[in-house]
Amino acid sequence: MSESTPEAKLARTSLYEDHVRLGGRMVPFAGYEMPVQYTGIVDEHNAVRKAAGLFDVSHMGEIEMTGEWAESVVDYLVTGNVKTLQDGQALYTCTCNKEGTILDDLIVYKIAKDRILIVCNAGNRDKITKVFKSAAENHCEYKDRSDETALIALQGPKAFDVLARAGKDAAELVNLASFHFRDVVIANVKCTAARTGYTAEDGMEIFCAWKDAPALWNQLLELGKDLGVKPCGLGARDTLRLEGRLSLYGNDIDETTNPLEAGLGWIVKLDKPDFVGREALVAIKAKGLTRKLVGFEVTGKGIARHGYKLRDLTGNEVGLCTSGSPGPTVGKNIGLGYLPTAMCEVGTKFFCDCRGKNIEAVVVKTPFYKRAKAS
Amino acid sequence: MSDNSDKSFPTDLKYTKDHEWAKVTGSEMTVGITSFAVEQLGDVTLVSFDVKVGDTITAGKGFGTIESVKTLSDLYAPVSGKVAALNGELDAKPELVNEDCFGKAWMIKITLDDGKAGDALLDAAAYAAHVKAAG
Repeated sequence: MSESTPEAKLARTSLYEDHVRLGGRMVPFAGYEMPVQYTGIVDEHNAVRKAAGLFDVSHMGEIEMTGEWAESVVDYLVTGNVKTLQDGQALYTCTCNKEGTILDDLIVYKIAKDRILIVCNAGNRDKITKVFKSAAENHCEYKDRSDETALIALQGPKAFDVLARAGKDAAELVNLASFHFRDVVIANVKCTAARTGYTAEDGMEIFCAWKDAPALWNQLLELGKDLGVKPCGLGARDTLRLEGRLSLYGNDIDETTNPLEAGLGWIVKLDKPDFVGREALVAIKAKGLTRKLVGFEVTGKGIARHGYKLRDLTGNEVGLCTSGSPGPTVGKNIGLGYLPTAMCEVGTKFFCDCRGKNIEAVVVKTPFYKRAKAS
Repeated sequence: MSDNSDKSFPTDLKYTKDHEWAKVTGSEMTVGITSFAVEQLGDVTLVSFDVKVGDTITAGKGFGTIESVKTLSDLYAPVSGKVAALNGELDAKPELVNEDCFGKAWMIKITLDDGKAGDALLDAAAYAAHVKAAG
């Protein structure tokens, strides 16, 4: 995680007081004071896998593009196909630079052809707002809505049981398809809810007005109390997403990595007429990948961490661990890292250099964790 | 940050600024990490030692690492001496550190070079003040 310097002036979400009241340990993250944990990372992680967890992700950036050409402008800025989305459909995608490396991964929400919402990582907000603002110039309206938009994620197998108690409209959210969204009233709060998430569990990500977030947050917690719903911090968010092999910007992907080697080829639509980075990505694909992001399990005694070197069995440095931690649900020490293409096959053994000690690791299939399909 | 103003620690132990505790029995010192350190680390998942019984260790130098889900922290020798014992139980049960940091989860026993080496460490009140300042 990219933590800012303690001296920097930190922003707070509208849930700050609630986090402190609930015992959240507040840490600097992407310019905000955010809870890293309340009761403990493993406890919160397990709550999301078995019941549900509530996350404040209001620090994320929200950009709104409106007008006749909004769809075309956004489509040109991302690797995915925005034009084929239906109204009310969302898309996980990324925005690249001309070189084909990743500026940020995003979710694009098509409210209508002339109204698109883009959610970007908090740490990339300045960079991404600049890109979208400059692309909008003379074509469509641009607005940074980050400071007025709160975002709360409710994730886990009991998420919809909680929502069933939050009013008639909210109870119907269970019928919303994956990666779709709509306006909805939840516990008397006007929201827009999307069936998306970052935990490898089913659930919703819920937008509401900045000032309404505490009412929504506290009611959802209260409604879900006897179901085992817990507030969750950034720590559990990280272990949950890692088990689901969901990329973390700044760790697994950044401006030095392209989406093809990061295993995100499925979000890159090279058959789209044009988008920023397309030409470079076509060339990269034609040339063949030199390295790939793979999942691995540390079989020796050690925990892989972001930034650790990966070595072949003769000790030569061949790659880099981009994410690593114990996986509380899979019960193993897991990680993601870039390895030369020839070493990416499942079962390939290598070393993770854990602070000078070569600890054995093996490439495994990802995701590390996959939830059981609802019956 | 969490409120550390009312923390108290066992008075029969000595402490280091690195959040370790030490108990001297004769010429031997038993060392572990404090409840404050445990709270900061969260769920401990791995304790590994870089030394073995019989090795010489030097005050201030690392003798191992302790890892939680989120982070890694070094373990430092509070004093110089010889490694008399290492807590092998932590290998299979690192969670003992969360459960009983002042007891079952001791880390290392050191035969002291200087029997009075423990005197220089902090007492419980001084350590509590150090924690308060850190918080």
